[in-house]
Amino acid sequence: MGGAAQAAPLPTEGAARRSWRYARQTGGVLFSVALTFLGLTCVTFFVGRIIPIDPVLAIVGDKASRETYERVRIEIGLDQPIPVQYWRYLMKVLHGEFGTSLITAHPVLQDLLRVFPATLELAFLALFIGIVCGVPLGVFAAINRGRWQDQLIRFASLLGYSMPVFWLGLIGLLLFYAKLGWVEGPGRLDVSFDDIVPTVTGMITIDSLIAGEDEVFWNAFWHLVLPASILGYLSLAYVARMTRSFMLSQLSQEYVLATLAKGLSPFRVVWIHALGNAWVQLVTVIALTFGSLLEGAVLTETVFAWPGLGLYMKNSLFNADLNAVLGGTMLVGIVYIGLNMLSDLIYPLVDPRARK
Amino acid sequence: MSEVLLNVRNLRVTYPGDDGDFRAVRNVSFSLGRERLGIVGESGSGKSTTGRAIMGLVQRPGRIEADELTLFDKQGGKTDLRAMSERGFRALRGQRLAMVLQDPKYSLDPVMRVGDQIAETHRAHLRSSKAEAYKASLDMLNAVHIRDPERVYGMYPHQVSGGMGQRIMIAMMLIAGPDILIADEPTSALDVTVQTQVLAIMDDLVQRRGMGLILISHNLHLVSSFCDRVLVMYAGQVVETCEAGKLHEATHPYTRGLLAALPQLGNRRHELPQLQRDPAWAADL
Repeated sequence: MGGAAQAAPLPTEGAARRSWRYARQTGGVLFSVALTFLGLTCVTFFVGRIIPIDPVLAIVGDKASRETYERVRIEIGLDQPIPVQYWRYLMKVLHGEFGTSLITAHPVLQDLLRVFPATLELAFLALFIGIVCGVPLGVFAAINRGRWQDQLIRFASLLGYSMPVFWLGLIGLLLFYAKLGWVEGPGRLDVSFDDIVPTVTGMITIDSLIAGEDEVFWNAFWHLVLPASILGYLSLAYVARMTRSFMLSQLSQEYVLATLAKGLSPFRVVWIHALGNAWVQLVTVIALTFGSLLEGAVLTETVFAWPGLGLYMKNSLFNADLNAVLGGTMLVGIVYIGLNMLSDLIYPLVDPRARK
Repeated sequence: MSEVLLNVRNLRVTYPGDDGDFRAVRNVSFSLGRERLGIVGESGSGKSTTGRAIMGLVQRPGRIEADELTLFDKQGGKTDLRAMSERGFRALRGQRLAMVLQDPKYSLDPVMRVGDQIAETHRAHLRSSKAEAYKASLDMLNAVHIRDPERVYGMYPHQVSGGMGQRIMIAMMLIAGPDILIADEPTSALDVTVQTQVLAIMDDLVQRRGMGLILISHNLHLVSSFCDRVLVMYAGQVVETCEAGKLHEATHPYTRGLLAALPQLGNRRHELPQLQRDPAWAADL
């Protein structure tokens, strides 16, 4: 009996079959991305038709004659049937043509490429703060469940949940900029630093490092810190709460008992084993957080006069600049699709069960 | 049973509750030598809690008390587990005391390679280098009769079968050379054909290393055929202790009732008797 050795049969397959399966998987992902994108264009197109903004009127102005109005209406294709209009819209979007912005008189795509890096810079730092502080706080709350540390962290994250971001922004400016002078004020740079570093990525902190301009970097950094911290606090609140609940469910698993029975330190049990499993769920949460940061940027950027996507969208909306609004919406939608794809790609890295 | 490895006298585990304390384990006493001791009992009889109390793994707010809870080492040194700090327990777990849990599907970390989980125990206790721990893990996989240990080392828990998972679990728990292994329903989650195989591997290792084994099970057949001695637990107390071979001479009505309810080959009966419980069994002995 003692010599009964048996290896579990492993599925073995040839390289050809494996690459065929991989190709099919990739094809599947691309197909679903294409479908999502099509849905997105549908939504933006019909939103553009439904909202009570007359695109013709926005171009010709309300003093134009009947004839001019008609001519422009035909010129921009509004006399065509809806499916034809949609088809033309889709073709344009695929070629990166979102039309011309009314306020800036630049092509919308060009505008978006200019403002988006500013928002990305803000969102990246905010997400960094959210993860680096939120995950450890959530873990810490979970291992101290029910004690005062847990209560404190839960209270702080509830506060982050429920506090309006523009109010936090104003208070932050008042306190840290006006009173204490720890950080720089609104905007991305002091005026004296404008146009010193050449644009490479559009993110000033990175561009200034590339150009080797230390002074510009620090000025940009101190401008960035406050809005990023306030946005970061919001994502921290969400990440910490989710981490806490994921960790609580992991810590009650049988394998945690087994690792304790092996004599591992609580540090290893919590931070390597339990958190290693919690990451599987956290990947989705973090991807969604990043998406919501782009949305949260609208209010933050308005308060901080941050020339990013949020401020651009706000200005376009208030000026009935339809092309710009739809272009911006499309960009946010594409970012969401990209984030979903990215989290699909990251899953197998943190969860061996997702590796095919 | 020559020398004593573990002495337990009047072990009590209590959970405070809203309507009074719940006494999960009540005055359990036994001593363990280099032998196979079986603990049988139904769900909730306190057999698993007894095992966990010895490991110091009873979760808050559970309370462990005992008149004696002593671990003896080969040189005859004594360790009082009652006064043990959490840090002290950590050094004992894995190295002096180890535990195999019921279902390898849940008791192995799903996102870590099984080999690394085995090596981890080695590294934690023997302060070994990565290479030494890897080598020792492969040897240990060999010892639990796993062919091609290099390949299995890199597999994840969801890629191995139940029997293989349980052998990996045994390897993980025995690699740091403990004196006592507490096996809590180690084969209940496995196919019947694999059960005997896993038990045989475990038994072989325990015998060769001169360890003490506590086998916790609800399976009376398994325990009586596999162990040297059997404790029968009911409602948190040990109601009967006897030699496994003399189980048929058991006197307690609970044990007798259980034995009578076992179906036997070649003994045709239309109906197996049902266990008639007497509330007096649950009273303090």
